[in-house]
Amino acid sequence: MRPALVLGAVLSAIALVAALISLVWTPYDVTALQIGARLQPPSPAHWMGTDHFGRDILSMIMAGARTSLAVALVAVGIGMGLGVPLGLAAAAHRRRWLDEAIMRGNDLIFAFPSLVIAILITAVFGPSALNAIIAIGIFNIPVFARVARAGALSLWTLDYIRAARVAGKHRTRISVEHILPNIANLLIVQGTIQFSLGILAEAGLSYVGLGAQPPTPSWGRMLAEAQTMVVMAPHVALFPGLAIVATVLGLNLLGDGLRDALDPRLRGRVA
Amino acid sequence: MSLLSLETLSVQIGPTAILREVSLSLAPGEIVGLVGESGSGKSMTALAIMGLLPPGAQVSGAVRLEGREITTLPERALCRLRGNEVGMIFQEPMTALNPLMTIGDQVAETLMVHQRMPRAEALAVARDRLDRVGLTAPRFPLDLYPHELSGGQRQRVAIALAIALRPRLLIADEPTTALDVTTQAEVLSLLHDLARSEGMALLLITHDLAVVAGMADRVAVMQAGRVIETGATERLFRRPKARYTADLLAASTHHPAAARTPKTGAPLLTVSAATRSYRLPRPKPFAPHPELRAVDNVSFTLGAGESLGLVGESGCGKSTLTRAILGLDPLASGAITLSGHAVSPEMPSHARADVQVVFQDPYGSFNPRQRVERLVAEPFHLTGRPADWRERVAEALREVGLSPDDRGKFIHEFSGGQRQRIAIARALITRPKLIVLDEAVSALDVRVRAQVLDLLAGLQRSHDLAYLFISHDLSVVRAVTTRCLVMQAGRIVEQGLTEALFTAPQHAYTARLLAAAPQIPQAWTEERHATALV
Repeated sequence: MRPALVLGAVLSAIALVAALISLVWTPYDVTALQIGARLQPPSPAHWMGTDHFGRDILSMIMAGARTSLAVALVAVGIGMGLGVPLGLAAAAHRRRWLDEAIMRGNDLIFAFPSLVIAILITAVFGPSALNAIIAIGIFNIPVFARVARAGALSLWTLDYIRAARVAGKHRTRISVEHILPNIANLLIVQGTIQFSLGILAEAGLSYVGLGAQPPTPSWGRMLAEAQTMVVMAPHVALFPGLAIVATVLGLNLLGDGLRDALDPRLRGRVA
Repeated sequence: MSLLSLETLSVQIGPTAILREVSLSLAPGEIVGLVGESGSGKSMTALAIMGLLPPGAQVSGAVRLEGREITTLPERALCRLRGNEVGMIFQEPMTALNPLMTIGDQVAETLMVHQRMPRAEALAVARDRLDRVGLTAPRFPLDLYPHELSGGQRQRVAIALAIALRPRLLIADEPTTALDVTTQAEVLSLLHDLARSEGMALLLITHDLAVVAGMADRVAVMQAGRVIETGATERLFRRPKARYTADLLAASTHHPAAARTPKTGAPLLTVSAATRSYRLPRPKPFAPHPELRAVDNVSFTLGAGESLGLVGESGCGKSTLTRAILGLDPLASGAITLSGHAVSPEMPSHARADVQVVFQDPYGSFNPRQRVERLVAEPFHLTGRPADWRERVAEALREVGLSPDDRGKFIHEFSGGQRQRIAIARALITRPKLIVLDEAVSALDVRVRAQVLDLLAGLQRSHDLAYLFISHDLSVVRAVTTRCLVMQAGRIVEQGLTEALFTAPQHAYTARLLAAAPQIPQAWTEERHATALV
């Protein structure tokens, strides 16, 4: 096994397990305010200390993992689920009207600053985690469409694609059977990047008040709220920050490791 | 005194020995051919001489240039050496030049770096060097960019770069492998001329024995990191001492057992007045699109069980014609029929199953993520997968000389020759009547190529296959086809029986192609055959 893959899997698993456990149990109730116990440093009772309302930071990080992972996962899912088929279709119909239509549509989405659209969506539909997911997801579509198209275009010129065409296979079938598995590594790496960007985007939207609404905990809002107290109580910013760093790092290592593990050419070699 | 001498040079990377006690010497003005199959250590020898070995390589033995040991020189001294005293040209002229710099600047840059020459003076020398390699003013001004030149012209620029500082030694690593025959002949004659007139030693690295036969004073043969034989060119070709050399020479002139004379009757494939053109970009706004006729009014027939050759240089329209015959691209006008069915992108699957293809590149021909079983079975898409498909795959693998147990492996577990066998198995699986061999043996080493040609000949006899053999390699086409077409600029300029066409070409272009193709003199091989019989 590759050490990097193991480390990535472990870090990602910790975030996932924390999110899952928080569904049924957290050390303390994340909505209970205890002003008397505010800004306590880490102690046996509160492993990561408490924040300015006296809430247990460990509990909030566990519950925040749920929000961050769910938002990022669904947003990447939207991006991949719509972007990859569009990119593959564009590549399969290179230089025809379908390609033009898809890619110019992409350009249109790219042309809007994502935060402006997010504000627009939340202004129309109201601020919530769901609307944050939609806003982040929409901006993932052109990213995946471009990566899929670029990867697919270089493959369409190869002989084994020509061989598949000689075998009478339709463009769609070739795209699914030959192209998709061979651009999977690109998509996985892009997926992990977009996943970590999604976590950061969720934090950003929560920071400006457009993401998950209180009292739903969110790493991004925890960081935002902690920024005025960094000097007094550094642990309030430190732990959510570490949670984001560890999760993003874990996802990136996991993506790299998966890419290598999925490629039969690299399989069996020692990293 | 010799200019360059390698003394028991050994190179090891990790646990793998790359070069084993290589000894070789070059005198000033001498041309030495270094031949061997892929992986024999030819290029690594060149890199060792340039001091460009990959990091972590362990070197023992000596490389002496004019008596100076260079394996122990520090990087700074090596930088001065490269270009100044040793120049090098590579195989791929498309990637050897910087696409964003003019050819004049690229040649001048070497002079400015190494000799601290002012720019104006460097450009004047660059002009002189480019003139020397045949890119004369005013047709080739210094401010041309590489994309404005053809492959052969780019290789000339690369040579001008390599000889800009008048090095004592020029290393050419497969300098003409990526070029057409006529261009190859020009570049080889330029290199020969440069070595002779400027007293520059030339180390010519190639897999093509015919190239060294016409060029080199001496030849060194490498196998598995060793130089196994060195000798004067003619002696080595006439009376090879090492068994391996004899095998190589035999393989390069190998003729597979002749195909049967084809049956007469209705032709299998008929191409009549096929034309395909591409729209080029408008030269001016609102001007009409000019058209390039890639295939221009081509007509020929191919009988069942026949081997037909199609030769021509790159850009002549071979590939476009092939795609049309495979039913991948539509024709602008004309018609192609295969056993009575019209060939087009819309042709029905069962008709499509009659023609299959083997491509040139044994590495790019397969989806690296699928197992051999699935790869070979892919054309069953046309006919529907029979219940006994696994047995059919096993049978096809056996027929091409592989084991049925190879079904579960991935393609990267096979060598180039084995991959080409798998490609042939894939082409056979639907039991087609015609197989298009698109440069199918061009990327293989000579001994492997001889085996694959034998395999193809055997399959043709047992399956009554027709081959359309597309190649730029005239010697291979001559060895395996009975009839031959010569294509130039989209048109078939000559067609006829292969032997007649090769011995008495009618069209000037055919004659030019034949004259340009490097050949091992017939007398040299006859003697070998005689000694082999004794």
